[in-house]
Parts: sequence; structure tokens; C-alpha cells
Amino acid sequence: MQFDLSEEQLAFQDVARGFAQDELAPYAAEWDRDAIFPVDTMRKAAALGFAGIYVREDVGGSALTRLDAALIFEALSAGCTSTAAYMSIHNMASWMIDRFGSDEQRSKWLPDLTTMNKIASYCLTEPGSGSDAASLRTKAVRDDDHYVLNGSKAFISGSGTSDVYVCMVRTGEDGPKGVSCLVVEKGTPGLSFGATERKMGWNSQPTAAVIFEDARVPVENLIGEEGQGFKIAMMGLDGGRLNIGACSLGTAQTALETAKAYMQERKQFGRRLADFQALQFKLADMATELEAARLLLYQAAVKVDAKAPDATMQAAMAKRFATDTGFRVVNEALQIHGGYGYLKDYPLERHLRDVRVHQILEGTNEIMRVIIAREMLKD
Amino acid sequence: MKVLVPVKRVVDYNVKVRVKSDQTGVELANVKMSMNPFDEISIEEAVRLKEAGTATEVVVVSIGPQQAQETIRTALAMGADRGILVKTDDEVEPLGVAKILKSIVDEEQPGLVIVGKQAIDDDSNQTGQMLAALLGWPQGTFASKIELDGDKINVTREIDGGLQTVRLNAPAIVTCDLRLNEPRYASLPNIMKAKKKPIDEKAIADMGVDVSPRLEVLKVTEPAERQAGIKVESAAELVAKLKEAGVIG
Ligand SMILES: Cc1cc2nc3c(=O)[nH]c(=O)nc-3n(C[C@H](O)[C@H](O)[C@H](O)COP(=O)(O)OP(=O)(O)OC[C@H]3O[C@@H](n4cnc5c(N)ncnc54)[C@H](O)[C@@H]3O)c2cc1C
Repeated sequence: MQFDLSEEQLAFQDVARGFAQDELAPYAAEWDRDAIFPVDTMRKAAALGFAGIYVREDVGGSALTRLDAALIFEALSAGCTSTAAYMSIHNMASWMIDRFGSDEQRSKWLPDLTTMNKIASYCLTEPGSGSDAASLRTKAVRDDDHYVLNGSKAFISGSGTSDVYVCMVRTGEDGPKGVSCLVVEKGTPGLSFGATERKMGWNSQPTAAVIFEDARVPVENLIGEEGQGFKIAMMGLDGGRLNIGACSLGTAQTALETAKAYMQERKQFGRRLADFQALQFKLADMATELEAARLLLYQAAVKVDAKAPDATMQAAMAKRFATDTGFRVVNEALQIHGGYGYLKDYPLERHLRDVRVHQILEGTNEIMRVIIAREMLKD
Repeated sequence: MKVLVPVKRVVDYNVKVRVKSDQTGVELANVKMSMNPFDEISIEEAVRLKEAGTATEVVVVSIGPQQAQETIRTALAMGADRGILVKTDDEVEPLGVAKILKSIVDEEQPGLVIVGKQAIDDDSNQTGQMLAALLGWPQGTFASKIELDGDKINVTREIDGGLQTVRLNAPAIVTCDLRLNEPRYASLPNIMKAKKKPIDEKAIADMGVDVSPRLEVLKVTEPAERQAGIKVESAAELVAKLKEAGVIG
């Protein structure tokens, strides 16, 4: 076992930290308050290779590992959780095209996606199909050289702004085997978007429904084969879950550092908060749990890269543990700030609102337990 | 024109430095080290000259321990072409650095050497000037703008009360100031490509230069801790307090 990051990994981290500090952190509060989707900033991030971290090089990707990606998202989320998380969704959708798309499909979409000249969304959830994703009902019926789509997707990050929608649709029987993966481009006749949802956090990115009404999508936009869609979607999520977990870790680390600095500065009862043992213990526990979550997540990242047989279970464990721990650490950091933690003048309440959703999306943490237990009890 | 850029590995500017308990220096164990920020500016400038087609090659050199190679890699990731590591575990003073650089310059024959105006660890602000003196080359210090014009180099300098532009004959030394440019971040693919760029290693012993220290550090101490202020009720009281402190007559 080897726990040191390589020289390159330290360099990736440095670049991502610098970018987070200079280009994300100063604006995060404003993006949150005014619900601004910072597309130009994301393009700057893309110029550094952050939009196709594990996409191959021939189409402008950075061709790095899942562990590299986790380190990068951890660093970026310290600047703006919500924007980093969006970058992670874009990376996931782009990777699905890279991994399962034909050469023509790859060269058609990926050069624009790795520069974020175009933005990608991942469309799985529907109003009636959340945790039970395999029950999705958006129908794609073959009509000559097109599929005709009817139905709708709910909660789609980037909806309305994105150019490339990687959609899971039903082309066959009920259940996972009847699902296919189709790329639907903005501007497709019959494609429209719902009103932007008003959310607790993740305000620097829009969330809305994606609606198909006799939307005609060329057959050549089918990624992989008919019936492969559910598998593609789940493989995308293995990596996505690592990245979402990493976004919780990075945010929690920032919150922890903010709380530590506050404890050393704030005085009550004639002493610094840092002098109260009850708070010292809290700080020690926060740091310890965060470190444990980080180790689990890094290990899972290595397993996903190695295509280990238990990769999906490890990614589920890491996502569950990192997002629960991340939320708890942020919540404690807010508590250490007393009333000030509750004010928008401090970043803690935003951190809390942003990481909360990581326990819900890309599979709720209950579903993570379903995945883990299923694997444990399979024989 | 070939451009040579010396870079130094220093304590990262975000680190809160601590003095060692024996007062011989600052704590370096477990401390994040990075490229001197002024050197990032030098690299950026050299790479821009190359991108503009006026520089042909950008060579970086660092004098320091094995880990200074990481600093060279950072420069290579930003766009420099190759590196030279002059390996030493001893601290080398500005004069020693200038002598080593002279030896590198003699070998490499660059048309321009861009150095940071100072390193943020010792704030000496001497190396560039000493190197110019040793080489007998013209120097433009504290540059906020550099323009190549054939074998002339126009350097705009930040001086008290304004800007001054000097015209140097190449080869020359330029030391750069904070406002010369905003250094880029290295992209992920360029970090990977930097792994394949060559780094030569050299030993001081082979250069025939005397870099033995000329200075002796007696003691390193923390700055005096800031005392808490007092609140005054009125302007009159403020004036009285300032007089009392001898700040105004
Ligand atoms: C801000 C935001 C952005 C999102 N972005 C995207 C996106 O870009 N693309 C996309 O496809 N989706 C996206 N989602 C959707 C998200 O993935 C779903 O909300 C999530 O999968 C849960 O589905 P649901 O909301 O329908 O909840 P439900 O599935 O209805 O679950 C309700 C509750 O029941 C629990 N539950 C359900 N089944 C079980 C079970 N078998 N055992 C135990 N407990 C169970 C759940 O854990 C949950 O607590 C986003 C959601 C949000 C909030």
C-alpha cells in the first residue's frame, strides 16, 4: 500500500487549488445569491483540462485517472461547491460518450465538450422514476433513421443551458435491459425545458425538467447499442459518485479550516474558543472523520480505475460515507461559529446548503446502502 | 533568442512561517514549498516571448536540493523547454547563485536572462544585479514591461513616482516586478507533457566557483507581536495620545 501522491498529482492539486482560490472562491457567494451559472469561468477551467479529466487525449481530454479527478474536484469544491459539482456532471456525461461512443460520435461532440464550448447534461431521473431508475418511461420509438421521443426527465442539472443531453430512454422491454442511451442536442424539434427549480443550494447551476414531445433524434446519436443504456448510465455514476463525494470532502475541509481559524480568534468567557476542550474534541473528530472518508474515497477511485470486481460497491461506500461525513463536518463547523455561522456574511450556511444535496443525488445514500448490501448478500 | 530563467524553490506564500526553536532559521519540515512567485512571472514572460515568436528556446535553471526538480517541472509545465538542476543541499547566498548562473550563462549563451526581482524567502534582491556585474552585461531591473526589438531590449521599470524605459543591448539581464504579467496555470495535459521534457543535473563542484558563505546568520526571531490598540473618545484625545507617543510634535 502506498499513500503518497505522485509529483504530478501534487501538481494537479496545486493548479486546481490555485484556480479555486482565484477564480471560484471570490465569486461563489454572488453566484449562489443571484443564481448565476458561471459558464465563462467553467470554460477557463476547461482550458486547464478540467472538463474532460478522464476523457482520452485525441479529442482534447486530459486522459487522467479517477483518483486524479477526485483530487481535482476536492480542490475545486473548496472554491465553489456547486460549480465544481457541475463540472463533475459534465465530466461524467462526456466520459460516457468517450467510453461508449463510436469514433464518429467522439469526434463530433467531445472536442467541443472538453473545451466546454458546449456543455453536457446527464438525464436519467424522471418524475415517476428516481431511486428506481430502471423504471424510467421516456419512450423512444424507432421511425426509419430517427427515434421519436416522448416523456420527460426531472431534476436535470444544466437543463436549458446545456447543448448536449445524454439521455437514458426506453427502446425496449420493461426494466434495465430495455434502456438505451441517446444524445439529444439542444435545438432538436420537440425538445423543451421546464421552469428552473428554486433550490436550497447548488444555486450556481440551473436544475429543470427536460421535456420530449415527438422529439426526433437521429439513430446515429445512439451511444453503444440498444439495451446498453442502463449499464452505461450506472458506469457513469460509479465515477460521478466519487466526484460528488470529493466535492463534499473539499467543502468540508474548507469549513473545517474556517472553523479552526475562528476558534483561534473568537473569545468567550475570557478565553479563546480554541481553549475549550469540548470544542477541541469536536475539531479533532471532524478532522479524523474527514481523513477516514478521504482514504475510503481515494481507495474507491483506484478500484474504479482498476475495474475491480467490487468497484461499484466501493464507490457506493465512498459516496455514502464522504457525503454524510462532509455534511456533518460542515454542520459542526457552522455550529462552532455560533450565530455567525447562520449568517450569509459567512460561507458556512452556503457550504451546508450545497453539500446537503450530495446525500440525495447520483443515488440517495439509502440507495448506496441498497447497493452495498446487495453485493454483500449476493451469495 | 534563447532565454534563460532561473527559478527558486521557496516556502509557499500561503504558509504562515514559524521560526525554529533554536533560532537558526525558519521551520521547513512538513512545510509546503513552491516556486518563488516572482519567478513564475519570469517564466510567464519568457513563454510569452516564445509564443510571440521572439524567443526561440526557454531554459530554466534551479539551484537547490533534489526537490527543486519539482519547481523546474512546474516551469516546464508552464511552457519552458528544458531544465537544468544544479544540485546542492547547502544554502547558497546571492553571490554564490550569481556565480553559478554565470557559469550556466557561459555554457548556454542566452540572449536574455529573466530573473525575479527577489525571492520571497530572503528578500535579498541581489542576484540579478550581481549576475549582470559578473557578466559585464546591461541590466534592466524591476521590469513592468519587456519588449524585444532586434538585438535591443526595451524594459519599462517601476521607479518611485512613475515609469522609466531603458533600452538594453542584448545579451542582457532583466529582473521582473509583480505587475509584469499574470502567470498562467499549467494545464493538466501540460503537466503530463512536462514529465517528458529533459532536466540536466549539474554539480557545483564541476563549475570551479567558490560559493562559500560570506554571511553568518546570528539569529532569526519572530517579529514583535502586535499589541492591542486602545479606543479614544474624541479627536482631541487622539491628538493628545499621538503627542504622548511622540508620533507628532
Ligand atoms: C439539485 C438536484 C440535481 C439533480 N441533478 C440530476 C441530474 O443532473 N440528472 C439526473 O438524472 N438526476 C438528477 N437529480 C435527481 C436525483 O438523482 C434524484 O432526486 C435521486 O436519485 C432521488 O430520486 P427521487 O428524488 O425521485 O426520490 P425517491 O426515489 O422518490 O426517494 C424518496 C426517498 O425514499 C428513499 N428510498 C427510495 N427507494 C428506497 C429503497 N429501496 N430503500 C430505502 N429507501 C429508499 C430515498 O432514499 C429517499 O430518501 C438531481 C436532484 C437534485 C435535487
